[in-house]
Amino acid sequence: MTEPVFSLKDIIVTVGDNVQILKSLNLDIYEGDFITVLGTNGAGKSTLFNTIAGNLAIDSGKLLHHGHSIAHESAVTRTNYIARVFQDPKMGTAPRMTVAENLLLAEKRGQKRTLRSRGLTKEKISEYAKITQVMGNNLDTRLNTATGNLSGGQRQALSFLMATRVKPELLLLDEHTAALDPKTSEQLMLATNEQVTKNQLTALMITHNLADALKYGNRLIILNAGDIVLDVRGQDKSALNEADILKYFIA
Amino acid sequence: MSIIVSSIGQGLLWAVLGVALFLTFRILNFPDMTVEGSFPLGAATAVAMISHGINPYLATLAAFVVGAIAGLATGLLYTKGKIPILLAGILVMTAALSINLRIMGSANISLLNQKSIFSSPLLQHLPKNFDSVFVGFIIITIITLALIFFLQTELGQSFIATGDNANMAQSIGIKTDRMTIMGLMLSNGLIAFGGAVIAQNNGYADINMGIGIIVIALASIIIGEVAFGDLSLNGRLVAVIVGSILYRLVLLAVLSLGFSTNDLNLISAIVLAVAMMLPQLRKALKLDTVIKKGVATHD
Repeated sequence: MTEPVFSLKDIIVTVGDNVQILKSLNLDIYEGDFITVLGTNGAGKSTLFNTIAGNLAIDSGKLLHHGHSIAHESAVTRTNYIARVFQDPKMGTAPRMTVAENLLLAEKRGQKRTLRSRGLTKEKISEYAKITQVMGNNLDTRLNTATGNLSGGQRQALSFLMATRVKPELLLLDEHTAALDPKTSEQLMLATNEQVTKNQLTALMITHNLADALKYGNRLIILNAGDIVLDVRGQDKSALNEADILKYFIA
Repeated sequence: MSIIVSSIGQGLLWAVLGVALFLTFRILNFPDMTVEGSFPLGAATAVAMISHGINPYLATLAAFVVGAIAGLATGLLYTKGKIPILLAGILVMTAALSINLRIMGSANISLLNQKSIFSSPLLQHLPKNFDSVFVGFIIITIITLALIFFLQTELGQSFIATGDNANMAQSIGIKTDRMTIMGLMLSNGLIAFGGAVIAQNNGYADINMGIGIIVIALASIIIGEVAFGDLSLNGRLVAVIVGSILYRLVLLAVLSLGFSTNDLNLISAIVLAVAMMLPQLRKALKLDTVIKKGVATHD
């Protein structure tokens, strides 16, 4: 197999009074992996994301990006190649700025932001109308609306588009549909799957929905008490059912 | 008539403070107390330099730089030192008191018989009080146009996003600490610049001239918002300027009722408090249901 894009080796992360959240965790992420991440509350899923994104420091172990350690890089530096969508619709967009302005901001991820004009041209607007249309929730008709006035589903769809506007080497989806109603949630999940598959994105997606975890992605991992207890891909993943998975949920 | 012209002139000159404070109070979303120190700091710097024979235009620009340094100090205390913004501002404001005394050498220096930006021959030909209107108009126009340009650049948009949602800004690679420091430097630089201009207009710098500055600057922001409601970001900057002029006219009206200039700080505070409560009062009294607090930067 080829070199992994990201590699976590014997990662230990502790918080507070020596409580180990990640216990010697190992994970290789390859290009094109669409990994669904399952686990009970407190299993370490969010800690895993925060560790990769750079919001939490590792106590020991190695965090490699194309074989180079990125443990010393700040979270902001890592946004050059890692993008993230949060669970809370309020977290991923600037509420007083319009949809188009938010997209423009996201388009500069990984680039220097200078005193050049932001370049909100007619061409840009029609391009944005096109890319927002695929989300299928009327976002394309609200490009000049402040995002604070959008519905939660529209905001999350926008957050997703912003995260993928510049193709990241890794996309972290942190229960990004969990705060939405079932119908909106399913719609966003379908759009997510389509975009990730079509653009061959490498993604990690935390979910509490077992059906989603089985249905989407080409790899599945289960975390329990700070370690990966199941890691399957391809056909092995397709062969799983909910009962198989629940066996790994015993804390 | 001339007293109204004078008020408009003062409103235009003081509008610099409102527009500068807008950058921190409305865009970064926090109250920056540093301005009470950077305003007299700018005044002291310019007046001290002028009285040492330095070109008044250069001295006024130097005031901007010194004010920006005060903003930098607050920004570092806040972002790197993790001191709450209100306290960080108060610390720098307090420290500036001593620095101002050092710069001025005494509690008050006069510009009597010294050249200032108001002594250019062109201005001498204008009728009384029109010099402030003229200078104020030119200065605020240039500053506002520059800010409108800046806020539409990539950097300006990153600055706005930092105040709007720092978490999101970081997640798309914006260095929010830098943006915050930049905003504080720009804001306090402009406040100090305003201090330098106003000191030259008054003909002196005084150690106590910073007291109540934040209330005056806030009053122009809030009065502008109450008067005009929802506007685009550019419109809101212009509303601050109009708010500053309206505030001067309100003061004029109050003074004509027989209050003395000693009452000004009390009156300023009451005007600001009333303006800030107005949306609530209107709601309570159901006078007007469409007026909203100006929170939307666009549309």
